[in-house]
Amino acid sequence: MAGWKTPENLMYARTDEWIGLDGDTATLGISDYAQDQLNDIVFVDLPSVGDTITAGESFGEVESVKASSELISPVSGTVIAVNEALRSQPELLNSDPYAGGWIVRLRVSDGGVVEGLMDAAGYTTFCAQR
Amino acid sequence: MSYIPHTEAERQQMLDAIGTPTLDDLFEAVPASHRFPTLDLPQAMSEMDILTEMQALSEANDHAGDFAIFRGAGAYHHFVPSVVNHILLRGEFYTAYTPYQPEVSQGTLQAIYEYQSMMCQLTGMDAANASHYDGATSLAEAATVALEVGRHKRRRIILSAGIHPQYREVLKTYHQWGGLDITGDESVRSAADLADLINDQTAMVAVAYPNYFGQLEDIRLLAERTHQAGALLVVVANPIALALLKSPGELGADIVVGEGQPLGIPLSYGGPYLGFFACREDYVRRIAGRIVGETLDQDGKRAFVMTLRPREQDIRRERASSNICTKQGLMALAATVYLSVMGKNGLRHAAELCYHRAHYAADRIDDLLGYEVVRDLPFFNEFVVRCARPVAEINAVLSARGIIGGVDLTPHYPHLADHMLLCVTEMNRKSEIDALVDALREARHG
Repeated sequence: MAGWKTPENLMYARTDEWIGLDGDTATLGISDYAQDQLNDIVFVDLPSVGDTITAGESFGEVESVKASSELISPVSGTVIAVNEALRSQPELLNSDPYAGGWIVRLRVSDGGVVEGLMDAAGYTTFCAQR
Repeated sequence: MSYIPHTEAERQQMLDAIGTPTLDDLFEAVPASHRFPTLDLPQAMSEMDILTEMQALSEANDHAGDFAIFRGAGAYHHFVPSVVNHILLRGEFYTAYTPYQPEVSQGTLQAIYEYQSMMCQLTGMDAANASHYDGATSLAEAATVALEVGRHKRRRIILSAGIHPQYREVLKTYHQWGGLDITGDESVRSAADLADLINDQTAMVAVAYPNYFGQLEDIRLLAERTHQAGALLVVVANPIALALLKSPGELGADIVVGEGQPLGIPLSYGGPYLGFFACREDYVRRIAGRIVGETLDQDGKRAFVMTLRPREQDIRRERASSNICTKQGLMALAATVYLSVMGKNGLRHAAELCYHRAHYAADRIDDLLGYEVVRDLPFFNEFVVRCARPVAEINAVLSARGIIGGVDLTPHYPHLADHMLLCVTEMNRKSEIDALVDALREARHG
C-alpha cells in the first residue's frame, strides 16, 4: 500500500523521522507512514528545552494504542523548542504529522551535516518496499 | 489439553544442530554421581498418614494466635475479617495474575479498579497501580520513577534513616549499578536536616510516615524544599495510620508507597505481602505495573478496561523497564475486601484503637523503673523504649510468658543500644497490655 505523504522539502530517516533544516535549525517529527503504522497516538514523551540530543540516539517516545516507539534523532544538537501542544493533543501526530505535529526544534551542533538520510522520493520507495 | 513443548523429532533436530548425538551426551558436564542421585526417601504414605505427618510438622511452628504480639516494624498483627479469606479463595479470583485477555475478567478488573480508588483516597494521590511485591519493592520503584522524571541527570537520592532499614537495602540493591549518590540515612536526621542535603542533583527525597520508630514527623517544609529543587517527595506510609492522619498528598507527597499487609493480610511467615504505589497524575506515564480504568461498553454499560501499562513488557517489548504481571493481585484483592468491609469509619475506628492502646501501653511502661519511652515526637501505634538491659534478654523473659516483645533496634541503629521498638494494635486487649507491663517489670531484674 502506498499513498503516504512525503513532502519534498524534508529529509527522512530509516527510523521514520523527518527533518527539516533551516540554517542550523532543524525541526523533527515522524512521517505520515510512521503515524499510519502506529495507529492512534495517545502519548508523546518530549525532551526538555536545553537538552542535548545525540545523533542516532533516542530523544523521546511516541505511544500509540498498538505500540510504543522511540524517537531517534538523525542529528546532534540542543533542543530550542518542543511542541507543547502534543502534551494535550498527541493525536496531532496522526492528523497533521508534517506541520501541527512537529515534535522538537534543535540548534544543530556540527553545522547541520547529516548523513544517511533519504529525500522524499527515496523514502517513498523505502516505505513501499517494506 | 496436554502441553508438550517439543516432540522427540524436534529434540533430535536440536541435538543434531549442536553436534550432540544424544540427550545423555548433553548432560555429560554434570558428574555422573550427581545426574541421578539416589534419594533417601521414606516409603510412600497414605493420604491419611501424610496429613498426620504434616500436622505434626506444622505444630512444631509457633503460631501467631498463641502469643500476645507487641512487635510490628513492618509486619503488623491486625484483625482480618473472615469475609476476606472467603472471597480470596473463590476460584474466580484465586490467582496473582492479571488475565492475558483482561477485559474478559470484568470482576478481576473491577476489584483492581476499586483497590486503586481506595488507595488513592487513603494516600491523597491521583492514581495508584495494581500493586508491587511488597513495601520495599514499591519504594525501589518510586526511585525508578523519580530518576526517570529527572531524566537520569539527577543522581542524588536522599533517604531518611526513619525508613524501614530493609526497604532502604532493597532500594540500594535495585539501584546499585545506577551510579547514584544515595545519601541521608547514615544517621538519624530530622526533616529539616534532610532538607539541607537537597541540591540541584536531587531526584528524590524519601521519608516514612509514620517512620520506622512509629513517630510522626512534620514533612511539609521538607516537601516545599524538595519541590523548590525540582525533586520528588516520596512518602512511605502505613495505610492503617492514614485512616487517622492527614494524607501524605495533603502534606506535599508526589509518590506514596508502602506495605499493604496491614489491610487484611495475615502475618503468615513474612509473605506474600502487598506493595502499594500511588502518585500524582503527572507521573502515571513513568510507573511500573498497570492501571485499570472505568469506561462504558458499546451498550453504554459500566465496564472496566486495562488503561495503562507504560513500562511493561507486553507493550514495550525489549525496551520494557518492568514486567510485573505477577504482581500481588490476590493480596490487593484482600486489601480491597478488607477496606470495603471496614469502611471509612471502621478503618478509622481500628486506627483509633491502635493509637489509644499504644498510648496506654506507653504510659504504663514509662511508669516502670528501668524503662523510658522516647517521646521527642508524637507517635501512632509504635514507640521506642529505652531499657535498662539488653533487649534480647528482656524478650527471652517475655517469650517464656507467651509474649512476643519488640524489635531490638541495636543491629540497624547502633546508637540505639538497649532500645526496643514496641507495637500495639487493636488485637492487644487491655489485659494483654497489662500482662506485658507486668512481664517487663519482672524482666528488669533478670
